[in-house]
Amino acid sequence: MSFFGLDCTRKKEGEVERKIRANDREYNLSFKYATNSIKTSKYNPFTFLPLNLFEQFQRIANAYFLFLLILQVIPAISSLSWFTTVVPLVLVLSVTAAKDAIDDINRHRSDRKVNNRKVNVLISGKLISEKWMNVQVGDIIKLENNQFVTADLLLLSSSEPLNLVYIETAELDGETNLKVKQALTVTGDMGENLEALAEFNGEVCCEPPNNRLDRFTGTLTFNSQKYSLDNERVLLRGCTLRNTDWCFGLVLFAGPETKLMQNCGKSTFKRTSIDRLMNVLVLFIFGLLALMCIILAVGNGIWENHAGSKFKAFLPREENTVFSAFLTFWSYIIILNTVVPISLYVSMEVIRLGNSYYINWDRTMYHAGSDTPAEARTTTLNEELGQIKYIFSDKTGTLTQNIMTFNKCSINGKSYGDVIDHYSGQSLEITEEMTPVDFSFNRLADPKFLFYDHSLVEGVKLELPDVHAFFRLLALCHTVMAEEKREGDLVYQAQSPDEGALVTAARNFGFVFRSRSPETVTIEEMGIQRTYELLAILDFNNVRKRMSVIVRNPEGKLSLYCKGADTIIYERLHPSCSEVMKVTTEHLNEFAGEGLRTLVLAYKDLDEEYFSEWKQRHHESSVALEDREEKLEKLYEEIEKDMMLIGATAVEDKLQDGVTQTLEQLAKAEIKIWVLTGDKQETAENIGYSCNLLREEMNEVFVVAANSPEEVRQELRDARLKMCPDTEQDKFLIPEIILGNTPKVVQDENVNGEYGLVINGHSLAFALESNMELEFLRTACICKTVICCRVTPLQKAQVVELVKKYKKAVTLAIGDGANDVSMIKAAHIGVGISGQEGMQAVLSSDFSFAQFRFLQRLLLVHGRWSYLRMCKFLRYFFYKNFTFTFVHFWYAFFCGFSAQTVYDEGYITLYNLVYTALPVLGMSLFDQDVNAGWSLEYPQLYVPGQLSQYFSKRAFMMCALHSWYSSLVLFFVPYAAIYDTARDNGKDGTDYQSFALITETCLTVTVCVQLGLDLSYWTVVNHLFVWGSLGMFFILTFTMYTDGLYRLRPSSFAFIGTARNCLNQPNVWLTVALTAILCVLPVVVYRFLSSQISPTINEKVRYKVCQMKEPAPRPRRTRLTRRSTRRSGYAFSHAHGYGDLMTSGRYLRRNALTCSTGLIPTGRSPGFKPTGRSAGYSPVGREQNPKQKVEPTSLQVFRAVKDSFF
Amino acid sequence: MMASSYNAKDEDGHHPGSVGSGGPGAVKSKKPDNTAFKQQRLPAWQPILTAGTVLPAFFMIGLIFIPIGIGLLVTSNNIKEFEVRAVAIATSYCVIRALCSYTAPRTKDFSNVFMYYGLSNFYQNHRRYVKSRDDSQLNGDKSSLLNPSKECEPYRTSDKKSIAPCGAIANSLFNDTLELFYIHPNGSRIAIHLVKTGIAWWTDKHVKFRNPGENNNNLSIVFQDTSKPVNWRKPVYELDPSDPDNNGFINEDFIVWMRTAALPTFRKLYRIIQKKKDNMTPTLPPGNYSLEVIYNYPVRSFDGRKRMILSTISWMGGKNPFLGIAYITVGSVCFFLGVVLLIIHHKYGNRNNNADIPN
Repeated sequence: MSFFGLDCTRKKEGEVERKIRANDREYNLSFKYATNSIKTSKYNPFTFLPLNLFEQFQRIANAYFLFLLILQVIPAISSLSWFTTVVPLVLVLSVTAAKDAIDDINRHRSDRKVNNRKVNVLISGKLISEKWMNVQVGDIIKLENNQFVTADLLLLSSSEPLNLVYIETAELDGETNLKVKQALTVTGDMGENLEALAEFNGEVCCEPPNNRLDRFTGTLTFNSQKYSLDNERVLLRGCTLRNTDWCFGLVLFAGPETKLMQNCGKSTFKRTSIDRLMNVLVLFIFGLLALMCIILAVGNGIWENHAGSKFKAFLPREENTVFSAFLTFWSYIIILNTVVPISLYVSMEVIRLGNSYYINWDRTMYHAGSDTPAEARTTTLNEELGQIKYIFSDKTGTLTQNIMTFNKCSINGKSYGDVIDHYSGQSLEITEEMTPVDFSFNRLADPKFLFYDHSLVEGVKLELPDVHAFFRLLALCHTVMAEEKREGDLVYQAQSPDEGALVTAARNFGFVFRSRSPETVTIEEMGIQRTYELLAILDFNNVRKRMSVIVRNPEGKLSLYCKGADTIIYERLHPSCSEVMKVTTEHLNEFAGEGLRTLVLAYKDLDEEYFSEWKQRHHESSVALEDREEKLEKLYEEIEKDMMLIGATAVEDKLQDGVTQTLEQLAKAEIKIWVLTGDKQETAENIGYSCNLLREEMNEVFVVAANSPEEVRQELRDARLKMCPDTEQDKFLIPEIILGNTPKVVQDENVNGEYGLVINGHSLAFALESNMELEFLRTACICKTVICCRVTPLQKAQVVELVKKYKKAVTLAIGDGANDVSMIKAAHIGVGISGQEGMQAVLSSDFSFAQFRFLQRLLLVHGRWSYLRMCKFLRYFFYKNFTFTFVHFWYAFFCGFSAQTVYDEGYITLYNLVYTALPVLGMSLFDQDVNAGWSLEYPQLYVPGQLSQYFSKRAFMMCALHSWYSSLVLFFVPYAAIYDTARDNGKDGTDYQSFALITETCLTVTVCVQLGLDLSYWTVVNHLFVWGSLGMFFILTFTMYTDGLYRLRPSSFAFIGTARNCLNQPNVWLTVALTAILCVLPVVVYRFLSSQISPTINEKVRYKVCQMKEPAPRPRRTRLTRRSTRRSGYAFSHAHGYGDLMTSGRYLRRNALTCSTGLIPTGRSPGFKPTGRSAGYSPVGREQNPKQKVEPTSLQVFRAVKDSFF
Repeated sequence: MMASSYNAKDEDGHHPGSVGSGGPGAVKSKKPDNTAFKQQRLPAWQPILTAGTVLPAFFMIGLIFIPIGIGLLVTSNNIKEFEVRAVAIATSYCVIRALCSYTAPRTKDFSNVFMYYGLSNFYQNHRRYVKSRDDSQLNGDKSSLLNPSKECEPYRTSDKKSIAPCGAIANSLFNDTLELFYIHPNGSRIAIHLVKTGIAWWTDKHVKFRNPGENNNNLSIVFQDTSKPVNWRKPVYELDPSDPDNNGFINEDFIVWMRTAALPTFRKLYRIIQKKKDNMTPTLPPGNYSLEVIYNYPVRSFDGRKRMILSTISWMGGKNPFLGIAYITVGSVCFFLGVVLLIIHHKYGNRNNNADIPN
């Protein structure tokens, strides 16, 4: 959205209090409040040039070149003509300016789009459609369903009862669940009455504009009554109206003064670790430059003293030696400026942009199902993708599809769901070719539901009592709400997808849940509608791990239906079920082995007298003031016993395609994967097992779930001591000064064996405190897998920050939901899955795609290549520029330190821009060491990137050393070759111009040969660039040295004829060949030796590819069959159930068909909280039951009064 | 096709919903184009450094370089060069006639012999020196003649007249006169004919340097508003009054001087001793020669040295053994490295390269 990441207008100074009178524009105008038009663009056509240039020269590199330009204007210093600096600088500036201009035009466009949105404004009693930008403070506007809130509004009235409105605040805080706002009764009474609203003249007095989203204070004076206003009455810009037909609001803050706009501009610019390294290196280069210039200045001083003073007869000068040395210093600063290459930064941007486009273009990261290609939303972070060490992943929607499917069941000791081959008796793997069960007999069936075992539907048709009981239970015992917009078009609103899956299964097998009221549940059993009286819901919670309903069927029979975790239910079964239990247990093991989530179902017939007595006691307990929870607990416990086992269900929490393989690949690439999820522990663990993050073979999986800091610390420490018993305290902290103000880095510790760590959010809150974070980090980092469950979005970000802080490693966060936004922003790289949970994650991410499995291609192929290319580019770029520059240094010793250049000025200008620009660009856009298939075949190829092996300070020094050597060769070989000799016709061949041309030719050829050596992937384009540039050198050289150009400007083209006279000399070409060979000889020897003696993984794979001469094998798609005896993961969502809501009837609105709209899970605060999915869950407090933590809102107060059932 | 995992199906594109069926109403899919460029599957040559390529390359370089080097060295050694170091006689800036006798270079060459003068420790490549000229003026530009470039300072004007040719380079023109005599066994001195044209580059003589005043042959009129360089004895139009094609700015001695040397030690072509027409007698028959130097040019002040060099040339230019030695050395080193690397390859290479890559 256009709102994000942009500059905001500065806060108006001095506003202490805001006074607004409704419907009185004149009065409000007197305060000069901002109007509702927003401006996020930076320039207009007139200010663009000055402002943009001003901004660009704030960048250090550009300022440096401006400074050089100024130096060059001073005649005494100027050792080069002005154009050698101006041409590259203008090129660089114009490229950047073009990019900025395009960005700004886009911003203008989006501003215009937002400003021109229409909204209904009440003007003199009539609703007039106005553009957003024309809305003013004090206007009354009407919003309709699904509209964006125009400005910060005071809610006046709404279409909903009690003047409620439902809003989605995703754009503000990333939460997708609906929030409730309520208008004051006094304004709400006006309803839709336009006359009343037009006459409304209330005066609002409130706080000045600020950026606090969760707070608002003010008063409304209306009819000489004062009403206090708080956050509950205010709709903020950026929200969306949902499930509310209309509402009226009074504009309080508009445009730039809205809380949304006051809040924006927080997004931080991410920089890659190579960027940070570059900063250090540039400093180093400046140092080197200064050192060289000082040496040369001193040399000049000495020379002037000795030789120069005697040479005065031929070369008079007035200045004294010191002044001459001083001038020489600056002259050499100009000449040697190419060590800080101006085109470096621009080239880096171009390379990153190009590699980003490859990501956008990649067909293998395109998801056909949702028609989404991958997208590089940030084009400046590519090479960082090749250095990821830690991945922080969300679970729901990222690893899993968040789709539950009813896969298998066991009814009275018979297992259903497998397709058995008639001949062999083996169960077959379910594929898409198989015919699913035909549910056409059932007109209410959900067509999306697929089931392959025909025996179950036969069982239903044969009216087997067990099968019927099984599905009846599923249709009755749940807290799902049904929405039936049209007859037969049923939509279920389930609190958890598990429940939805179970009820849907029952629906398809002929037990259709139709509707519910607080007292009844209506289901259709095999086409016959039956209404059950709902007498009690014994709701789910974490301790009970089961839920029951007590119903009376139309015949008047009382039954209790219960579903829950196997261990819990088994304890409460009637002893007569032991036979079935045994068989069912086997089935449960089988299901769990396949990674399915299981539930056991049981029922019990109740005695009328016993129940009425129980209900009496229940009622007493539920209104008890003390120990209500415990008393109810006891009552539930009493009635849920001696139940009869019906069977078990197995629900598959569908992993996304290829998740297991992707995780396996990433693990092979030595990337550590931490799962951070808001889910409960069991679910998270279960997913951990089903996607092979946790394994049976692991030495141990530690579970940290403690309630006090001490316990958490102890558990963490125990875990670590178990893993590596001989660790000592404090030995792990190695002080190291690295950039980015991190004082210490925790070294990796290695242990034998594989361990896993599961920590819940509650313990995590303690573990993340400053005195324990190191303990946690150390323990967690030893483990192969870390799963944090029930974490809040804030904690997700904290975990990421913790790793960033103490590990010198690159982190990546991947998620799909609004609750992942904080972590995506915190990590070095944020990846958004464009999934079902909206676009918030994508909008704040750096890269986005549709499926988790694309991550392996993003990292192992694109990331690795980007990193490799960037490093190759940098190494080569520094090499060519250093080599180019150092030659001047050597020449200084032979020209009296006079700042005479070796090359002619045309060459100096064009060297970086024309002669050597394209080949290296071609390399960094096309190079691949091994192709994509092999990259995926050997994920180990990724490891060098994590260790920053391709470009580091050491690599840089090697590069400088190599340049130093090359420059020696490039200067002294031509020097010796032309020393005191003549051309083949006896004429002068040792003049300055010939020497310049010979050195230039040697240099150009040498850097081309070096590039050819570095280039491992010669595409047509590379050939074109390399040979083209080399040809260009000769063409341009000959052109510049022609007679015509000389006659045009004799002083600029004084090299006339040099090329013709020089390049026809055989010994010039022999010199060129000799220098090129000499320059690359040590490189070839070094590379060959290292590939022979200790080949890197890279070289091994390349060698193998070379040997095999065949395309990479298609990666095997092995179906992982997990054989495990572990049984867990009963299917329930994490929140406390809706049970009390269902029965209270409060949320069931007038129109039963749309009853889903008002659903607000308990435990979620309607107020703004900076957290997402798990808002209301407090990480700090110890309370597990969120109800007590949340301030009672008007709604909850309302509920307390109206709760009548219990 | 380098398919990655799992999405072979996507590649083939049989998803009915997303891939347009070709009808005009079909929704345009966002699926990226399947071009080799966009999918980074451009065909490419992927050379790698293996023993199979590196070792033969080393031997090849060795085999090619050593003969070239030997050839170069032999050529260089065949060049006859005879150098006379001018014994500094002059202490002041005056004209002295230096009479020296030398034993003849035992040359039996029948080709041209080139006579050079050499200077050392002379910084013709100093930046301020190199800059100190006006190419427009030398190219015959009328306005530059009267108003030379500022680069020429302090040799831009003298006596309020512009200097032609201006600048430090021109001002320091080498002005010794060298003459060579063959001392006949009978004692008589025979002056050797020294050719003074054809010593500058053709481009310099015909393009870069031009006298001002178009076709006006009377150079003294053309140059009348200018003054001679400070150190010169005579104005530029009297450099060679005998030959109008060698006078003024296009005087070849002047042109040769103006092509500044790259290094502080340099030689410049002074005269050519042409071979005998009959091709039977050597250009310089063995015997005694006497070099006569009219010593004008002061080099003592900057510790410089003057030389006179007589040299023949070859296809690779003047005598310079460096390239020959360098080629032999590099060739030998490559050959030697080839052997060393071969041994290393046999010891380590097979083991490492055949080792399986753990997966």
